[in-house]
Amino acid sequence: MLDRILSHDRPRSRWLALALVVVFVALAVAPFVFPGVKALSVAAKALVFILLVASFDLLLGYTGIVSFAHTMFFGIGAYGVAIASTRMGPGFGAVITGTLLALAVSLVLSLVIGLFSLRVKAIFYAMITLAVASAFQTLASQLSDFTGGEDGLTFKNPELFSPSFEPFENPVLGLAVDGKVFTYYLLFAAVLLLFLALLRIVNSPFGRVLQAIRENDFRAEAIGFRTVVYRTWSNVLSAMFATLAGALLALWLRYVGPDTTLSFEIMLDILLIVVIGGMGTMYGAVIGAALFVLAQNYLQDLLRLGAGALEGVPVLSQLVSPDRWLLWLGVLFVLSVYHFPTGIVGRLRALALRHR
Amino acid sequence: MNTTTTVTAAVPAVIPKASFDRKPVWLLLAVMALAFPAIGSASSWITLTVAGLAMGFIVFIIASGLTLVFGLMDVLNFGHGVFIALGAFMATTVMGGMAAFADQGGWQALLAIFCAMLAAMAVAGTLGLAFERVIVRPVYGLHLKQILITMGGMIVGEEIIKIIWGPLQIAMPLPEPLRGAYLIGDAAIEKYRLLASFIGACVFALLVWTLSRTKVGLLIRAGVQDREMVESLGYRIRRLFVGVFVAGSALAGLGGVMWGLYQQSVSPQIGAQVNVLIFIVIIIGGLGSTLGCFIGALLVGLMANYTGFLAPKVALFSNIALMVAILLWRPQGLYPVTNR
Repeated sequence: MLDRILSHDRPRSRWLALALVVVFVALAVAPFVFPGVKALSVAAKALVFILLVASFDLLLGYTGIVSFAHTMFFGIGAYGVAIASTRMGPGFGAVITGTLLALAVSLVLSLVIGLFSLRVKAIFYAMITLAVASAFQTLASQLSDFTGGEDGLTFKNPELFSPSFEPFENPVLGLAVDGKVFTYYLLFAAVLLLFLALLRIVNSPFGRVLQAIRENDFRAEAIGFRTVVYRTWSNVLSAMFATLAGALLALWLRYVGPDTTLSFEIMLDILLIVVIGGMGTMYGAVIGAALFVLAQNYLQDLLRLGAGALEGVPVLSQLVSPDRWLLWLGVLFVLSVYHFPTGIVGRLRALALRHR
Repeated sequence: MNTTTTVTAAVPAVIPKASFDRKPVWLLLAVMALAFPAIGSASSWITLTVAGLAMGFIVFIIASGLTLVFGLMDVLNFGHGVFIALGAFMATTVMGGMAAFADQGGWQALLAIFCAMLAAMAVAGTLGLAFERVIVRPVYGLHLKQILITMGGMIVGEEIIKIIWGPLQIAMPLPEPLRGAYLIGDAAIEKYRLLASFIGACVFALLVWTLSRTKVGLLIRAGVQDREMVESLGYRIRRLFVGVFVAGSALAGLGGVMWGLYQQSVSPQIGAQVNVLIFIVIIIGGLGSTLGCFIGALLVGLMANYTGFLAPKVALFSNIALMVAILLWRPQGLYPVTNR
């Protein structure tokens, strides 16, 4: 049963399985166990990033395409929900319309970009997407009547998901249940389903072809697969999932702006997570995203401790200052590309093999 | 068959002028000519053209190293922006120290800028050497890893810059004597833009001279055309490549100084911002081509200034539009490098 749900792609490492279970359980019970606004938003962010990074992994890890336009599709999803909700007024109709429209836009855009530039080398595609994504970011901040410009859009969720919605008079299991909690569980369910769908995709015959293209596109073409078609499909699928992740983020934040969805920093974050978690393993996205979001929010506290201890030492205290957490992740990133290109997940699986 | 052409190509003086493709140059002139009636007044046109050329020259200086490195070793350095940022920050330090001296008069100001440029080039070049050793060397021939690793190098580099100079934007004022503009008729030409154009033209001339008139240049061009053949003739292309990488990094540092002075401020994110611009330029020019990079940079600079005057909103997308238009005309860029 579980095997079928996981599409026969088992963790294949006891430690990995344990880590996955821990992440799953922690996210499942987060609203009840970790009280406070910050903890819940950290959990929600982890959820969104799991989906976003997993969708990027379909492209980078399984197909071997580097795209820098992933945040663009992420942003399209978020803006779709936000714009529809502000134009049509809050309600499920608006959310669904916005998501569907965003999906349509992403479909067309990713298809066009894919057909236009996936025929050529990986490097060329990376550069084109970088340029397109930056143009899109400019576009979003310029069309201020439509997108709210640099300020972004703040909107209201449907009744069920708004924080003021409180169905129960008494706390349930010690938690005052409100719309925020419902939104969280919507995110949880959606991310779980979509993640399993992605797992299904990469373990299907289609996913195998993608991996073949990654390993040797010339040979894959020679066997008789039309690599351009497969690459384009992979690109489109990954864009779709990123769009959905964006829509979920918008629902959670009830706000969308260029910095939260479109900025290049987020693209770098995605890259960091994919590589550190493990390219070409969907589970890498889960582990990586959980670790990254934790690091982003709590590593700074840890570094603050370190900085306090090293107070007065000129260079070292600068190096461990809480603002420099990205430096350490960057170093980790470079090291993981060299020394364990399959990331944490690949490492754990290799360990399990050795012990067998 | 391929061999014979390469062997004859080794005999100098026959090759260069034989099949020079003039169309991109005409395109450049046509853009300038077409802008004239659109803008309407001669003085604005002169001002904008000089500004556009100055911007183009700066962009060319930054991008030339990137395109050569790609042409020679098939390495695309996504971390090129770090050298730009480093050069610019180095210059703020040097020029901050020499501020009082630089304000005394024209020559002192030029000398201060010159010192800043030298310092920036030295530091960026040294970092380039280290970058090649540590970051790029282990991943030759692996495109995917190159993109990731150089991107990682950029993240780390940007953070280190933040450690040294702080995370905030730093003002980078021009020395007093270089501010202001010359008036020719009604056309105002900023002094700094003239200086930038002059330096840019010098760098371009030097680069063209090195590439076309010296043995090193011959080897570089030959390496871009056919790397294995050069290696089989007994030249160590790795060493040549390290040299080009360092020179390219130093040029990026120089470009960073000029870009910083052009914008009058620098921020640690400058590298990532300029990256997009220079990628567009080298795609337009044809990956690996120096002349293409030059024409592409000038086109981008001119378009940015013309559209900035005619339709400011459109100007933000002028680069992308230009790239798409050029790629529709020549899918491999203006001067496609053969064998790629």
